Amino acid sequence: MTDHADIRYTAAPGEAATPHEATAPGRPRRAVRGLPDRWLATLFVTPSIALLLAINIFPLIWTVYLSFTNFRANQPGRPVEWIGTRNYERLLGSEDIWGYLQATAHFVVWTMLIQVAIGLGLAMLINRDFKGASFWTTIILIPMMLSPAVVGTFWTYLYQPQTGIFSAIVDLFTGLGPIDMIGSVSLAPWAIIIVDTWMWTPYIMLLCLAGLRSIPDYLYEAAEVDRAGPFQTFWHITLPRILPFLMLAVLFRGIENFKMFDMVVELTSGGPGSTTELASINLKREAFEKWRTGYASAFAVILFVTVFGLGNIYVKALNRVKS
Amino acid sequence: MFSPSVSSPTVFSPKPGRRSPAPARALAAALLAGTALAAAPAAAQDKELTLCWAAWDPANALVELSKDFTAESGIKMNFEFVPWTNFADRMLNELNSGGQLCDLMIGDSQWIGGGATYGHYVKLNDFFEKEGIAMDDFLPAAVDAYSAWPKGTDNYYALPAMGDAVGWVYRKDWFAKPEIQAAFKEEVGRDLAVPTTWDELLEVAKFFQGREIDGETRYGAAIYTERGSEGITMGVTNTLYPFGFKYEMTPGKYDMEGAVNSPEAVAALETYKELYDCCTPPGHSDAYMTEDLDAYKSGQTALQMNFFAFFPGIAKDPAVGGETSGFFVNPSANEAASVLGGQGISVVAYSDAQDEALDYIKWFAQPEVQKKWWSLGGYAVHNAVVEDPGFADSAPFAGEFLKAMSNVKDFWQEPIYAELLQAMQKRVHDYVVADQGTAQEALDKLIEDWTISFEDDGKL
Repeated sequence: MTDHADIRYTAAPGEAATPHEATAPGRPRRAVRGLPDRWLATLFVTPSIALLLAINIFPLIWTVYLSFTNFRANQPGRPVEWIGTRNYERLLGSEDIWGYLQATAHFVVWTMLIQVAIGLGLAMLINRDFKGASFWTTIILIPMMLSPAVVGTFWTYLYQPQTGIFSAIVDLFTGLGPIDMIGSVSLAPWAIIIVDTWMWTPYIMLLCLAGLRSIPDYLYEAAEVDRAGPFQTFWHITLPRILPFLMLAVLFRGIENFKMFDMVVELTSGGPGSTTELASINLKREAFEKWRTGYASAFAVILFVTVFGLGNIYVKALNRVKS
Repeated sequence: MFSPSVSSPTVFSPKPGRRSPAPARALAAALLAGTALAAAPAAAQDKELTLCWAAWDPANALVELSKDFTAESGIKMNFEFVPWTNFADRMLNELNSGGQLCDLMIGDSQWIGGGATYGHYVKLNDFFEKEGIAMDDFLPAAVDAYSAWPKGTDNYYALPAMGDAVGWVYRKDWFAKPEIQAAFKEEVGRDLAVPTTWDELLEVAKFFQGREIDGETRYGAAIYTERGSEGITMGVTNTLYPFGFKYEMTPGKYDMEGAVNSPEAVAALETYKELYDCCTPPGHSDAYMTEDLDAYKSGQTALQMNFFAFFPGIAKDPAVGGETSGFFVNPSANEAASVLGGQGISVVAYSDAQDEALDYIKWFAQPEVQKKWWSLGGYAVHNAVVEDPGFADSAPFAGEFLKAMSNVKDFWQEPIYAELLQAMQKRVHDYVVADQGTAQEALDKLIEDWTISFEDDGKL
């Protein structure tokens, strides 16, 4: 083990040591000498651990506890009863809950597929050096800089069947007349997918672009020498090299979309009916509108386990790809 | 109450032993009186009250009215107004967390149960008795809806502040067009008139749907379909109540089977869906007060469902005000009934300024203040206002307002009303807008949801 008294400040090349540190070579540092490494490490780590316990671990454990009770946060004087697994039984036996999870899965899967396809395509376009590439990159990135609530609100205007530009464009190309994207049960799920894609595809593009720029030119030069075609180059060089970046982007966006709330609330309020009521929207309604805290905690635990489980599987797959 | 302690004013004193002349004494007395008057409100300038309410037309009228209170008492009034769609969410969170943002709360009628049960509101019986404020001076329906908990008792937690109900507006100018009247007679077989029944309302809405008037396509009716807060429930119950819908078979027993899903209730829900399907403007799937106002004011619809609170604004609107619009009470079916709106004003139990808040309520309860409240656009329900012989003619909608207030019905006012409301929002939106299942299934599922809620709450 290294004794801290032996540590000396060494100025970097070209950097002058401060007078305080430069003087008294070999002079013992009593305060530091008194603390062993393990103590020092504990001292430094303790605040972080305490903070983590206070704001992450304790609420998690408390939520798990509440999920087995009938607690209601708006009735503090009401006796809290331990009701066993009743909340979980109700949740898992509820058709409505499965409907919300299905709506969430539909949203997550389709947004990921579409955004990866478009994001990768855009990244490959932008990666080609052409005049105005920087300008177009900036333009493409603008949507993801906006607030999701704002995006949701203004897309309600764009989707307006009588005056919205979206409906007008669709009508122009198809002649279908005004379409009600938000009010139609079959179109509303696609309405939220379109908006999320518009907003977050640039994010996927950005990560893909980072991946593309990290591929050394000599690989492509070698492929050219070997007379590989564009598809072969993409399949054997580009895709494997950017796959970790792509998977990371999907991981981030997948987690975000699994808990999507603000944009969809502003856009559809979960409607029509419950067509676009994603799990997080229902969770918020149960917890802070109906005030069924115990029940909502059970739902939160189920969602947490789902995300945590899927996330772990995904990360393992990601590590395998990287290795 | 409104004479805060007067701080000692500095007054010029003549030298001792030398009597000041009479004019000087008069001047000094006048100065003293003037300074004292000016100092009265000044002493209370540091006192402030925050009143919380929804952001809508009547709230602006209340700001105007409250200037009189500040002038009299010197207490500065602050206002926290939240849009209706977030109002319940925001303010119930505030109350549930014991927040001190609001000293006075003009809370929705459904909140009275929770406000009283969970101790958010100060009980006002002793105060009313001490100050001579009689609940008999207000419309009985308003007192029962906005002030009393449990219902039917004399326990008061609010003063009726704003009477309201859901009514209808129609395009009087279109109804008066000879060509429209002739076309209606030809198509429907009777004279075009203001609907008095739900059947007539459907006929009128269907007639106007897609009709060209003045070169533009018009639609039948703007109705409530909002999903997020309470919109579609307010709209649907406006049909359910006249058809004879009841929440319980026996009041207070929570026996909902046969009441909530009665044949009358099923027929009412089907009627509302028919109205939504046949006669609303495109994209009207998530509409509440503001969206209905927009649809009507922009000339899209012949009819509009909305709260009476908006009618003063419509009557004065440059586009649809004056003789362009008429107002009518909710049509009847098996009986006459309207959805209750409106709110009472309560003192928040967590406020540090409860005395000043009570001063405000005492001031607000005065008949003269109530009359001014009505004249500014607030719906006073004080007898001094509504029993005035000239009241019915004081505004084009005043008579209809009185009719509506005589048969209003409200949603559950249980402490868990928000949970009950959310369940109904889902079930009726699923059926009416999303076209899922039947009316019978929607109401059966609603009973299941409400049964679970009442079981959890220990009522069943």
